[in-house]
Amino acid sequence: MQRIIKIIVPAIILFIMGVFFISLNKDVNYRTNSLIGKKIPNISLEYFNENKFYQKDIFKKSNYTLINFWASWCAPCRAEHPFLIKLSKEKNLKLLGINFKDKKKQAKIFLDNFGNPYDFLAKDEQGKHSIIFGTYGIPESILVNKNLIILKKFVGPLSTNDFNSIIEIIN
Amino acid sequence: MKFILVLITVLFNFSLLCGTEKTIDQNTIHKNLRCLVCQGQSIADSNSDFAQTVKLVIKDLIKEGKTEEEIYSFMADKYGEWIVFKPQLNQHNFLLWFLPYLALILGGVIIFLIIKRKRNL
Repeated sequence: MQRIIKIIVPAIILFIMGVFFISLNKDVNYRTNSLIGKKIPNISLEYFNENKFYQKDIFKKSNYTLINFWASWCAPCRAEHPFLIKLSKEKNLKLLGINFKDKKKQAKIFLDNFGNPYDFLAKDEQGKHSIIFGTYGIPESILVNKNLIILKKFVGPLSTNDFNSIIEIIN
Repeated sequence: MKFILVLITVLFNFSLLCGTEKTIDQNTIHKNLRCLVCQGQSIADSNSDFAQTVKLVIKDLIKEGKTEEEIYSFMADKYGEWIVFKPQLNQHNFLLWFLPYLALILGGVIIFLIIKRKRNL
């Protein structure tokens, strides 16, 4: 009996330590894998300038579309903007900009100052679309293919590595 | 008289029960969802931009007629199981659900064996 207890007690301690070790080393925040490979949801995004709505069919206009959530008040959005300008020159890729909880006037000034890289420009005044796309905040970008499948999600401002990764995928 | 009073009480409670089945408590849903941009807070506790937006989406989903379970699975679909404080039983977390029962059974067996041994002595 004592032998069994001598085995069971260290086994339980080891098991608990193992669970803690694995769990504490696991990065559970800002995980994007629940969306990768999934089809994008039905959307109805309001045009930035008009009272019209973008539907899913805009993603079929190019082999790839990069959905970018941005706002004029978001400092990291400024940091990633040069990458978006570069990406706008790619023939295989269209850019859908979703202006997030922003003032129209400020957003226009932002685009006038830094350039407008977007092929399609929509607005998300209340931020509800950001939840439908599974975003945590802004800036965030989602790469989608023609078949409406989410290929990659970038949380935070686009970096040089992210830019290279997008170029690699679309070419 | 007593019979009428009992009947009214039963009917009143029954109607209350029926009523609670249909209504969804938004606050319960908020409490059961994790604020992913906060430190250990639920959507109900947080005033972050993310939490406020999630609350708006939940309100819309309730208006659309979605059930509480459908709302949890909608959120888990977008952000993974981590967003739900009480995860659904699946192959990745079955140990979490069954280990306490196994420990209980194992403990019971050990206690039984110890008592049995002491009695035999």
